[in-house]
Amino acid sequence: MSESIVEILGLRKVYNGKNSVTAVDGIDLHVPAGLIYGLLGPNGAGKTTTISIATTRAIPTAGSVKIAGVDVVAHPALARRSIGVVPQFNTLDRSCTVAENIYFHCRYFGLTKTEATARTAQLLDQFRLSDRAAAYPQALSGGLAQRLQIARAIAHRPRVLFLDEPSAGLDPQSRIAMWEAVQGLRGEGITVVLTTHYMEEADELCDRLAIIDHGKILIEDTPAALKASIGGDKIYDLRMRGVRDSGILKRNLQTIEGVTRVEVIDGGLRVLARAKDGLLAKVVTMANEFGLRDLTTTEPSLETVFIRLTGRDLRE
Amino acid sequence: MSNAVGKPSHVRWAIYSRAFFGLMQRDLRVLTREIVPFVIRVAMNPLLFLFVFTYVMPHMTGGSKMSPVAGMAAAGGGGFGTVLLPGLMAVAIMFSGIAAVALPLAQEFGVTREIDDRVMCPLPIGAVAIEKIIFSAIQSIVAAAVVFPLAYFIPSTPVLAHVSSWWFLAVVLVLASLLAGALGLTIGTLVQPKQIGLIFGVVIVPITFLGCVYYPWAALKSIKWLQLCVLVNPIVYISEGLRAALTPSTGHMPAAMILTMLVVFLALLTWIGLRGFANRVIS
Repeated sequence: MSESIVEILGLRKVYNGKNSVTAVDGIDLHVPAGLIYGLLGPNGAGKTTTISIATTRAIPTAGSVKIAGVDVVAHPALARRSIGVVPQFNTLDRSCTVAENIYFHCRYFGLTKTEATARTAQLLDQFRLSDRAAAYPQALSGGLAQRLQIARAIAHRPRVLFLDEPSAGLDPQSRIAMWEAVQGLRGEGITVVLTTHYMEEADELCDRLAIIDHGKILIEDTPAALKASIGGDKIYDLRMRGVRDSGILKRNLQTIEGVTRVEVIDGGLRVLARAKDGLLAKVVTMANEFGLRDLTTTEPSLETVFIRLTGRDLRE
Repeated sequence: MSNAVGKPSHVRWAIYSRAFFGLMQRDLRVLTREIVPFVIRVAMNPLLFLFVFTYVMPHMTGGSKMSPVAGMAAAGGGGFGTVLLPGLMAVAIMFSGIAAVALPLAQEFGVTREIDDRVMCPLPIGAVAIEKIIFSAIQSIVAAAVVFPLAYFIPSTPVLAHVSSWWFLAVVLVLASLLAGALGLTIGTLVQPKQIGLIFGVVIVPITFLGCVYYPWAALKSIKWLQLCVLVNPIVYISEGLRAALTPSTGHMPAAMILTMLVVFLALLTWIGLRGFANRVIS
């Protein structure tokens, strides 16, 4: 694996107050350079806090974060040169135009007037914002504002771009445009770290994923490997009229060739299997004798992975 | 971007100063775009004050009796305009600090969270706040300069201004303007954004009326308790400093005391403001 651009070690964050809250509870993470890396988890899992610490906007209770080798707690101002951030909410400068938002961002990061003007024009073009250059951020739709935020965040050519819930509040079309914009960053050598609680987004966009819950990383791998860990390419959920004799049915189903696992679920059984001609027919025939009422077929998703790890739905 | 940690400190300072001037440039661009509202904001209060109290009232029958400090002004020489000139400059300076720092901060900390972007500049957090103080001070100096011609042309009795030391005037003006910015920072970071509207009634009106703006501090000698109480009000030293620099004939505090207290309040409010700022942006 190539060099880690983001290195998080033993990270903890406790918010003290009336009820002290442990938002991040011992996270270790190594993000290899050049990837699109996702932190997937439900709201309140600690994703945003982790990103806040990594982007110097929160001080960790314990642990360390290094971005491109720079410790963000010891040298926040210098670490920021390697960091681009798109927070959850729109932080565009309302007093400046679309072009000025990018231009002044470049100036803050030390580009000369000529360089900043050229970079602004190039980014407006790349993110298809040129015709809105003189507009103010208030006049932009959610999707355009999000694109401008990404364009601004990468204007100083950071090594890592952090996106916090980038598709929250976007309509499906804008979401796809945003995904394309993010995928386009691969070619520029920018590593992307994003948080999301949308499985489709994690699956579609990310090269690797860490699933986070209650401030801890539960598992970390590629989306394909995570889904493969379920142990089958097909999931059949059998709804039964009664659950009597389900022990016998379970044993019988396990004898079918291609079935990898059978589990008891609420109101029936779940059969995990490899895709194979004729397998579904055998399952149905066998289950029918025991009072099969309904059957649903799904393929393993990150949602299934999350439920398997936590026993909860991601959207809960 | 190259790794600047471990590089000589002048490299770091170059990074910081470029970010700092970038922020100044941005503020200047926004200000020049809103130059008309800015001029109206700084000119309206002194214009109307001078017009009513030093032009309209002296023209009324018995108007001089209505003038609140007629006797005092007569004793010191010059009309009420002479008392008002430094006072209105002090208000202009103070109000610019509020308008340039506290009010925008309430917006940036509040719904828009724009501050999160400014804070991501390659600059220590405190320097982002210091930039706000310095840019506000520049506006305060402009605001004070606007008062001067108004006070010269409007009053019916000429204002007796006399600058014996330009250095003293410059030092007072700079300290007062920075102090106003620091006051704006303190208010902007300590007051909840939702309650920023309240500060006019709770903070600005009291510190103005009890800030020796409309009367010299020495004239409070007949109300001793008040004369002592107002010493905790930083506006007093701004008014008195300008009085000592511009219209010494009306009487003023000792210059050394004025300068000392301006520095003390500047340090105190900057410290509180910077702490408040850091608490707001870093969790």
